Amino acid sequence: MEVGIHYAPAPQGSGARIVKPGWRVDAISVVNPNLQPGDSQQVGTDFMEWETVIGLEIHTQLATRSKIFSGASIAFGAEPNTQACAVDLGLPGVLPVLNKEAVRMAIKFGLAVGAQIAPKSIFARKNYFYPDLPKGYQISQYELPVVGKGKLTIELEDGSSKTIGITRAHLEEDAGKSLHEDFHGMTGIDLNRAGTPLLEIVSEPDMRSAKEAVAYMKKIHSLVRYLEICDGNMQEGSFRCDANVSVRKKGAPEFGTRAELKNINSFRFVERAINFEVERQIDILESGGKVVQETRLYDANKHETRSMRSKEEAMDYRYFPDPDLLPLAINAQDIQAVRETLPELPDAKKQRFMQAFGLSDYDAAILTGDRDLANYFETVVKTAGEAKLAANWIISELSGRLNKEDKLITDSPISAAHLAGMLQRLTAGAITSKMAKEVFDAMWNGEGDADTIIEKRGLKPADNSAVEKIIDELIANNAGQVEQYRAGKDKVLGFFVGQVMKLSQGKADPAQVNKLLLEKLKK
Amino acid sequence: MTLDADKVKKIAQLARLDIDASAIPGYATNLSNILQLVEQMNAVSTEQVEPMAHPLDATQRLREDVVTETNQRDQFQAIAPQVDAGLYLVPKVIE
Amino acid sequence: MSLYRKSLAELAAGLHTKQFSSVEVTQHFLDRIAKHDKTLNSFVSITAEQALAQAKQADAQLAKGSMAALTGVPLAQKDIFCTQGVKTSCGSKMLDNFIAPYDATVVSKCKQAGLVMLGKLNMDEFAMGSSNETSYYGPVKNPWDTTRVPGGSSGGSAAAVAARLTPAATGTDTGGSIRQPAALCNLTGLKPTYGLVSRWGMIAFASSLDQAGPITQTAEDAALLLNTMVGFDDKDSTSLNRPTVNYTASLKDSLQGLRIGLPKEYFAAGLNSDVAKVIETAIAEYKKLGATITDISLPNSHLSVPAYYVIAPAECSSNLSRFDGVRFGYRCNDPKDLNDLYQRSRGEGFGAEVKRRIMIGTYALSAGYYDAYYLKAQKVRRLISDDFKRAFEKVDVIMGPTSPNTAFKLGEHSDDPITMYLCDIYTIAVNLAGLPGMSIPAGFAHNLPVGLQLVGNYFSEAKLLNIAHQYQQVTNWHTQMPKGFE
Repeated sequence: MEVGIHYAPAPQGSGARIVKPGWRVDAISVVNPNLQPGDSQQVGTDFMEWETVIGLEIHTQLATRSKIFSGASIAFGAEPNTQACAVDLGLPGVLPVLNKEAVRMAIKFGLAVGAQIAPKSIFARKNYFYPDLPKGYQISQYELPVVGKGKLTIELEDGSSKTIGITRAHLEEDAGKSLHEDFHGMTGIDLNRAGTPLLEIVSEPDMRSAKEAVAYMKKIHSLVRYLEICDGNMQEGSFRCDANVSVRKKGAPEFGTRAELKNINSFRFVERAINFEVERQIDILESGGKVVQETRLYDANKHETRSMRSKEEAMDYRYFPDPDLLPLAINAQDIQAVRETLPELPDAKKQRFMQAFGLSDYDAAILTGDRDLANYFETVVKTAGEAKLAANWIISELSGRLNKEDKLITDSPISAAHLAGMLQRLTAGAITSKMAKEVFDAMWNGEGDADTIIEKRGLKPADNSAVEKIIDELIANNAGQVEQYRAGKDKVLGFFVGQVMKLSQGKADPAQVNKLLLEKLKK
Repeated sequence: MTLDADKVKKIAQLARLDIDASAIPGYATNLSNILQLVEQMNAVSTEQVEPMAHPLDATQRLREDVVTETNQRDQFQAIAPQVDAGLYLVPKVIE
Repeated sequence: MSLYRKSLAELAAGLHTKQFSSVEVTQHFLDRIAKHDKTLNSFVSITAEQALAQAKQADAQLAKGSMAALTGVPLAQKDIFCTQGVKTSCGSKMLDNFIAPYDATVVSKCKQAGLVMLGKLNMDEFAMGSSNETSYYGPVKNPWDTTRVPGGSSGGSAAAVAARLTPAATGTDTGGSIRQPAALCNLTGLKPTYGLVSRWGMIAFASSLDQAGPITQTAEDAALLLNTMVGFDDKDSTSLNRPTVNYTASLKDSLQGLRIGLPKEYFAAGLNSDVAKVIETAIAEYKKLGATITDISLPNSHLSVPAYYVIAPAECSSNLSRFDGVRFGYRCNDPKDLNDLYQRSRGEGFGAEVKRRIMIGTYALSAGYYDAYYLKAQKVRRLISDDFKRAFEKVDVIMGPTSPNTAFKLGEHSDDPITMYLCDIYTIAVNLAGLPGMSIPAGFAHNLPVGLQLVGNYFSEAKLLNIAHQYQQVTNWHTQMPKGFE
């Protein structure tokens, strides 16, 4: 951990903080612990005695065409307020009508996590004033959500798995956006996003580390994309997360006081934000302070969380059933109809990949972690065969490259067909592994398919006679090493392989070299 | 329930209503009287009664997921107090 | 007979038979508004130019023979219905500058039916009131006695029809806002079953209670106007998709064997004895028409006002949050920050009664009080609704007074909200249950009109109109006009 992080509730005198109220918390207050900025940390802290408890609230934007209660488009990136109709603007006399597709998507999610779909659920108003909330209330679900208790299994890095409880998932409308750039010293409001359908997925406080939280968040991300109910685009805010974080002494029966972290829109940030918050809370507790239940904002630039609310006003959302909307009824036939549209889910797909393609648990988990990645893999294998080879290339080379450049598999510069073409050449021996990497790089840079690149660059493996000649010379010139090998020092083989590769300027196929060396050294 | 001036101020703040200080006692009296009237409900037991949110025993009708609205920003913003570059303007949001 | 003495039905007949043109009729009423409304203050906006243009169009349709039942007949709209291009104030300073970019469904239905809109009618601010004294545009006077209130919240509608400044008007009724002013102004007013008339474009007061309906001279007119107003609207989730009913078809049915229930609670202490006498006489008239009378009980009636003053304010506190000075409507001058913008725009834009109800509602919904107030009120609402269910197993219609008193003096109850609230003691339960209710002229007490309330089972509007119409065939209370407006 980083040491010497000072507890600083807010940068003093650093100008106005721009915050957004309106998130549910049960009680709000901001109290400085006894720690003063600059106080040193206790020496000899044993973090092992603390246990972290995390629950996540994930907001997924549903991939409908129109808004949850109006016929306005939800397409991203339109000119401000051009997709905010009278209903979204909350003009006088307008009324909401619920989008069928949003309901269908919520059911789909519920079925995928084995949850009970409520036969009757209720829309409620959450009342608070904020300029990006046009009606002065958000239509959400409170007491009776559409999706009840479910669960999801996550895989951890050590290969074990863990089941995380899902408390509920409910439908609600998104708010608009406040733009804080300077408009004559004022804030600009864009209500295009107002009324965009969201499914808020609330987990049980079942996670015990930031890593588990990330694994869970990734699993939900993967799932909603499998289900095609959310595009998962985190930059555009289609998938966002709040984390409830608390710590307690290991073995303590009660949960500690939690802080709710807001504004987390990447996997990386969720881990960092939680870790930061855990350290902050432990620091407070170990120096005799008290954690305060509050909402904190994670600032990715400063890598800190800070309190979001002024003390004066406790939020009181005055939830009550929305009288403009009637109870949402979902019957068994509705549920069955949605069930029939469910795709193969990640866990089932993983099992199939392991059985059909002989992949390891690890490889299968990675490949099925994302529906598009799984599709990519299956497309490659369909053409090129060689499932294990394809898996290796996709997991190590391609995914590595994509991650480095922050690209999604759907934006991969190398199409599945191109990768398959390259793998076919490789397995046919038309190129060496080293050349394959060169071809891969060239394909990444858009130089065309494998055959084009191979031809243009004149790539071909050194033929056997040339390699044999090199080997013969090496054996002749390195009698000592030959003797060592024949005396049982197998490691020496590496030396010969290296030399051959070097002398052939990498054109030799390592597998071929190995084979030839073994033959010739035996003699 | 009797509401005192402090409570009235708190409610007014929650409802974002600026109430003149001189009017607060009047509101306190009126609101307290209304609450007294309302509390006549307590005379009847409602333990086993299901709350009624709507007069009709109907369920929510669903709308097809179709985009029906077109851009009417100019028309909508013609009645707005202050706009710029297509945005509604409000005093800077600061806390 | 002068044009203004004609009912909607008679005007429609005259237009159809070319006795007069829509332009003539429209101009006639515009002239009457110009002459009398300075006294009454019943209009917020007079849309003379548009009205005459609409009338011309109507005349063209009439000439072609391609008209509907009410083509060319003038009408005025309560200023709670959004009208594209014409100010919709809802009686509030908050919306004094608000020009809706759309028509309410009720308004577009009236337009489609060829009705000519004379203007927008004054009302209690956001429909909160029983005297029309809470309007930003000043109180409306009762044409029967201009020192008295016309009732509310549809007071402008009632006063304008009573003085025949318009042959008919629309109103809305959340706790009695059609029936009570109809009673106080000697008119026929109908609040339909909840969900029958679309609420789209009708500025919400309490969404689960609000319902629009006609305020007319006769039951036949109410039937004609209701035919125009009702209908399924896919823009309103609470709008009901029901088979079309022609409300004029059964007006002439006999009342032989009609079972009338008289709830003892509606004739108990609090009812003015002279009003009671008028009601009793009216009931006697129904006996003559072949009805049987049964005494019934609505045991939770006394809880309707208390429950209503939780539910309606709770819903209004939330419904009125959108009036925040950001996207439309009133914005205070030079707000110093966001909170100031909200507090002063709303503090200055809303009147005292609206603020009172917002505060009561805010309080009733707030943490720690929800169960004691809001949830309790919803349960009481169920009890009240169940009372009616039981009653309608035994009777076809429930009758009683619409209001415990006749029109009171302007300013008489202004400082006492509770007394004002109790004006609606007989009407509120009907909204809580979502039932249809009517008020019809039943006579006079001290020269002031008295209304008889008819409450029917769900979707019994045709029956109620029949019951009202038959009474109007044997009485002439409804044809009487206030002096000074002839």
